[in-house]
Amino acid sequence: MDAIFLQILNGLDKGSAYALIALGLTLIFGTLGVVNFAHGALFMIGAFCAVTLQRILTLSTEIIDETKTDFLGNPLKVKTPYVETWFGPEVGQSIIDWSVPLALIIAVPVMLFVGVAMERGLVKHFYKRPHADQILVTFGLAIVLQEIIKYYFGANPIQTPAPEALVGSFDFGVLLGMDPNVVIYPIWRLVYFIFAIVIICAVFGFLQFTTFGMVVRAGMADRETVGLLGIDIDKRFTAMFGIAAIVAGLAGVMYGPILAPNYHMGMDFLVLSFVVVVVGGMGSLPGAVAAGFLLGILQSFASMNQIKAFVPGIDQIIIYLIAIVVLLTRPRGLLGRKGVMEE
Amino acid sequence: MLGLTKKDGTLFIAVVLLTVLAPFILNPFPENSAMAQFNAGYPDLMQRFVIFGIFAMGFNILFGLTGYLSFGHAAFLGVGSYATVWMYKLLSYNVLPGLVLAIIVSGLFALLIGYISLRRSGIYFSILTLAFAEMSYRIAFSDLLGRFVGTTITNGETGLQVYSNDPQILLGQNGIEATHFFGFEMGASRILEMAGWSFTFNFGFYFCAVIFMAMFYMTIRIFRSPFGLMLRSVKSNQQRMNYTGVNSKPYTLAAFVISGMYAGLAGGLLAAMDPLAGGERMFWTESGAVVLMTILGGAGTLLGPILGAGFIKYFENIFSKINDNVLHSWFAFLPDGMENFMVTIIHPFVGKGWHLTLGVLFMLIVIFLPGGLVEGGQRIGRLFGRKKSEAEPKPGAIKPAE
Repeated sequence: MDAIFLQILNGLDKGSAYALIALGLTLIFGTLGVVNFAHGALFMIGAFCAVTLQRILTLSTEIIDETKTDFLGNPLKVKTPYVETWFGPEVGQSIIDWSVPLALIIAVPVMLFVGVAMERGLVKHFYKRPHADQILVTFGLAIVLQEIIKYYFGANPIQTPAPEALVGSFDFGVLLGMDPNVVIYPIWRLVYFIFAIVIICAVFGFLQFTTFGMVVRAGMADRETVGLLGIDIDKRFTAMFGIAAIVAGLAGVMYGPILAPNYHMGMDFLVLSFVVVVVGGMGSLPGAVAAGFLLGILQSFASMNQIKAFVPGIDQIIIYLIAIVVLLTRPRGLLGRKGVMEE
Repeated sequence: MLGLTKKDGTLFIAVVLLTVLAPFILNPFPENSAMAQFNAGYPDLMQRFVIFGIFAMGFNILFGLTGYLSFGHAAFLGVGSYATVWMYKLLSYNVLPGLVLAIIVSGLFALLIGYISLRRSGIYFSILTLAFAEMSYRIAFSDLLGRFVGTTITNGETGLQVYSNDPQILLGQNGIEATHFFGFEMGASRILEMAGWSFTFNFGFYFCAVIFMAMFYMTIRIFRSPFGLMLRSVKSNQQRMNYTGVNSKPYTLAAFVISGMYAGLAGGLLAAMDPLAGGERMFWTESGAVVLMTILGGAGTLLGPILGAGFIKYFENIFSKINDNVLHSWFAFLPDGMENFMVTIIHPFVGKGWHLTLGVLFMLIVIFLPGGLVEGGQRIGRLFGRKKSEAEPKPGAIKPAE
């Protein structure tokens, strides 16, 4: 029982990331009908927003302190970040400590800009062209973005630690009346899961309860009619592209403490996210979210030792196996709508 | 000639000539000159040109003719390599059984994957093939198949290679310990020194080149056959084709299997040049690379994929070697400030950053020149008012990519 519970928890954080990326992908696909291979790159750019902020915050002045010496007897250089000189050492330290959550604030405008620029500058010109062309051009864009990041930040992963207060683990078992130290879960992963739920709820709420969202939903259902009613649907769809970019970016920012950002993390996640979208049903938002969590959890179940002893290595391929089975038995995906991407 | 029309015959002869003379053509600069680093006439790279030419040609039969965009073609490349190395392990270093097995195994594998994937089309097909390739990569990389049957099949991360305790039943007492074709070793080279130039003639390259030419001939025949016409009609309007009472599935499946066999052969040749097979050959970046090659050169044309393959492999090996020192020596004639400025601007695009150049180039081609380099060549040809044949390369602008 506790083992099962633990695996469900373990699957949640990966599932959250899949769900968030897949949600963005589906938003773009559902509104603009574009298959965005550069969506993983947006996730990666988000993660590098956190890296950049961390670098900016730790910009320091160097003072040679004559009173202290290093092990060779030379005077020691003491680095003091600017934020510490400005806000005092304690506040400064905690600002640096909380750089990942703070990065969420800068990531929103950055991702909005990147997303809108991408849609207006490139993707817009591909609406009328075949899906293969859309895949190819966004694939090219993903390579370019990835290489730019690699040029500035190098090829090695860069650590972005979580705030001190959120490091460590949380004993879930005690909460549910089990023995202590049976079901332990890192706090940050819990934070990530809650964060993902909040974002998902926000996106759904936005679409469901605002006029803007209503128009967008109408546009997803029948773009032409909405246009005939005198509504500039293109502008709203551009905004949705921006929102999808923000969702992917924020998912990336928060994922930094779980997996140190490197330049190809986007692509690694993208391949899986596509599978998630297809399993959930192309164009179905609840499908994408449900499939994201489902596959994340199944993957963590498959990595249990008992199951691996039975079928070795199943954890590596389970997602693809499920995708193949789902696509062949339910071609529309789990919650796919009729008439979307059917030939 | 050989059942080809006059135009195709000319093209075929041109490609054959360029391939045979590749050691000369790819080494245009004297050995000690400053431009010598642009020489591509060394065996390793020339072999890659033709091998990836075969790979891209095969991919083109599927994507260029039917329009089905497979994002998992590297799986067949990897399977071909594994099959060939297994033949080394069991029989001997003669490449022939390995290549034959590579084609058979990759064909069967393609039949399986194709049968399932082709039930869907469009983006679903791309994702299904991607999923299959990723799965094969994972299976190969952690040797799942081997763990299942209790022996090693892909040898995991180390990659498959020949060990001294392998059976090699045909090796005999004093068998050749390197890959060979009935005694002719793949690594054997003749070097011709000529007034500063040095040309290398490598048996491995010519072995691949002969296969390459045969494959190119076959591709032309497929393109011009009724079967090829069927595939084209799948691309232009599958629905209408179905309405006329034609079941398109056998045709697309055949195209998929053929292109998988080309990829398997290419993988086998890779293992014939270097008796190794690793899981990373199945990684999705390899699948992406063959897509890049085909699009860059021009999908659906005869020459395009070959040009694209040559272009990318040339970039990968030559462009990536340009470092800051080289750049400084190029711009040494400029005043210091200008020199540093130029070097700073170009630096991100060369050396380790050549992928960036590739990405930018690829995007530009997809956006402005959907027909790839071949279309670019045709446009330039038209610009000069000459009538260009369908698949003639840009005159002199690109290195021959054999």
